[in-house]
Amino acid sequence: MSVIVYTENWDGKFKKSSYELVSYAHAIATELGVETIAVSIGQVADDQLNVLANYGATKVLCAINEKFTVLDNAAYASVIARAAKANNASVVVFANNFTGKAVAPRVAVKLEAGMANSVTALPISFDPFVVPKNISNGKANGKQQINSEIKVISLAQNSFGLKENEGTLTIEAYDAELDDSKFSTQLVEKNTVSGKIILTDAELVVSGGRGMKSPDNWGPIEELASILGAGIACSRPVADEGWRPHSEHVGQTGKVIAPNLYIACGISGAIQHLAGVNSSKVMVAINTDPEAPFFEAADYGILGDVKTVLPQLVEAAKKFKAHQ
Amino acid sequence: MKILVCLSNVPDTTTKIKLSGDKSAVDMTGVQWVINPWDELALTRALDLKEKSGGKIEKITVITVGESYTEPTIRKALAVGADDAVRINMMPTDDYEVASNIAAYLKDNPYEIVLSGIESSDYNGSAVGGMLAEFLKVPSVSSVSFLDIEGEEPILKREIPGGTETVKVPVPFVAIVQKGIALDPRIPAMRGIMMARKKPLTVVEPTGESAKSTFIEFGMPQPKAKVKMIDPENAGELITLLHEEAKII
Ligand SMILES: Cc1cc2nc3c(=O)[nH]c(=O)nc-3n(C[C@H](O)[C@H](O)[C@H](O)COP(=O)(O)OP(=O)(O)OC[C@H]3O[C@@H](n4cnc5c(N)ncnc54)[C@H](O)[C@@H]3O)c2cc1C
Ligand SMILES: Cc1cc2nc3c(=O)[nH]c(=O)nc-3n(C[C@H](O)[C@H](O)[C@H](O)COP(=O)(O)OP(=O)(O)OC[C@H]3O[C@@H](n4cnc5c(N)ncnc54)[C@H](O)[C@@H]3O)c2cc1C
Repeated sequence: MSVIVYTENWDGKFKKSSYELVSYAHAIATELGVETIAVSIGQVADDQLNVLANYGATKVLCAINEKFTVLDNAAYASVIARAAKANNASVVVFANNFTGKAVAPRVAVKLEAGMANSVTALPISFDPFVVPKNISNGKANGKQQINSEIKVISLAQNSFGLKENEGTLTIEAYDAELDDSKFSTQLVEKNTVSGKIILTDAELVVSGGRGMKSPDNWGPIEELASILGAGIACSRPVADEGWRPHSEHVGQTGKVIAPNLYIACGISGAIQHLAGVNSSKVMVAINTDPEAPFFEAADYGILGDVKTVLPQLVEAAKKFKAHQ
Repeated sequence: MKILVCLSNVPDTTTKIKLSGDKSAVDMTGVQWVINPWDELALTRALDLKEKSGGKIEKITVITVGESYTEPTIRKALAVGADDAVRINMMPTDDYEVASNIAAYLKDNPYEIVLSGIESSDYNGSAVGGMLAEFLKVPSVSSVSFLDIEGEEPILKREIPGGTETVKVPVPFVAIVQKGIALDPRIPAMRGIMMARKKPLTVVEPTGESAKSTFIEFGMPQPKAKVKMIDPENAGELITLLHEEAKII
């Protein structure tokens, strides 16, 4: 018996979120008294793979095929489902991110398994198997009971944290026996910006709304973000107006993020905006309107003009970083 | 070529959530039902493609798994231009059941392109599209922000962390769509609403598998502690608090 965890890599590297996921899978495996087995798809160096042991994995199965450089949902799902069956998995764990959303549902069907998506903590009970998750974009929550023999769950981003563990792991090459006919996604072109903090990965985020008044006023937001090492986000009208790129739009119809810190500058706090950010650990609202709904959602508030408040934050952040 | 758009019937996003007395259900009385925003955009894109296809795309069908109360939402989709609609008559309790029942229907009624949304705004499952593709054993592309048909070949863009990828997959396939697939949803015009009444809405009985999961209880988020206000003349204090009190920087 085992808990299988799919540890995605980015150009051969794992991220903190991979370790969080292994920590989570290991906590479940410990409760069930079974082994934690990671599945890795694509080329990853052994020193990277070995780090997974620090979070509780005792084995990692490495599937390698040059075709894995392009995500093919069906092929990836085949590898993971096959590994789950071969290792008698009772639970299969994914991250609720781009790849998780693309692959996990297919794995669930292959394993005839019920699936819970965006789970926010450890199972509430194991028999029956019940997990907590948010519904209605965080406006409510639910306890979902999965009744199938195998359970597929995806963990909400930044909801569990890292749990270190002492141990070693064995690395096994895994032959998924996929012939070329199993791959059908053909990559035509790839466009990525390098060197920028990826918003969905960012632990700190500074965000601007219509209260910033003009695209020319983003200087202090960019400066504050760069000092703190934060990502930059915006409200929908800001992206719609073309003040900022669409990739920065957060909310119900944009990206959903869960950073440790979200600083909202001149954003009213409409329910559709909050739907994308209300899983942030700490939220700060800077707004001139004492009635702005964001003050009800925020942990810290500054009733003031972004024009005068942001430069103060930039100075304070500089001082803080200089003393660290 | 035919396109099928999956429609999830959801409460309007501004709906205040109420729970039933025993917390076993979300109280749906007085709820304003709408087409899930992603599905509305998927439909808009499908209609755009049909209109510029010069007859190559013959038909846009919408499908919902739900009881009769979902019909006003289905009629809205017909009013903006879908050609016909299918309702699988059941009250689904999870994404597995929804996907399995749509797949069962498609076995005898194939479509080249199936569109679903990345997430339904009520239960946030993010699963129906991917599950459907697996039941049908066809390719799926997720986080799709662009779909076009060049000649005979569909071309898609998907949003990956930090960028986009342009990809091709052979038909039939399922595209799971998100922001970007269309800008604004179409609004039904009077003429469309009149015509929608005459368009076919076929009701079929479920032949797929049953659910694998169920919600046993619902709750409301913990009320947040009151916001702590910081003097705007001394805003730098925030950085100290984030470090010493919140301990996040
Ligand atoms: C179906 C649907 C989906 C939507 N999806 C999204 C979404 O995904 N994301 C999203 O963001 N929105 C979304 N919206 C829009 C949302 O309802 C709001 O209209 C939007 O979030 C408002 O953006 P804003 O806060 O930047 O602008 P506004 O609401 O105009 O707020 C500007 C704020 O700035 C403050 N302000 C003004 N000047 C200053 C100053 N000098 N200093 C400090 N504060 C100042 C004002 O008091 C005000 O509170 C959606 C709407 C619908 C109907
Ligand atoms: C009163 C009521 C009670 C419900 N009770 C439960 C419950 O107890 N447990 C539970 O899990 N669900 C329940 N549902 C939700 C219903 O079963 C959902 O349709 C199903 O769970 C899929 O939702 P999802 O959030 O997983 O969809 P997602 O996978 O997030 O949806 C993604 C996309 O799949 C398509 N899609 C989703 N649902 C449908 C559908 N029904 N028909 C056609 N296409 C669809 C749409 O394109 C959508 O954009 C209830 C719904 C209602 C109205």
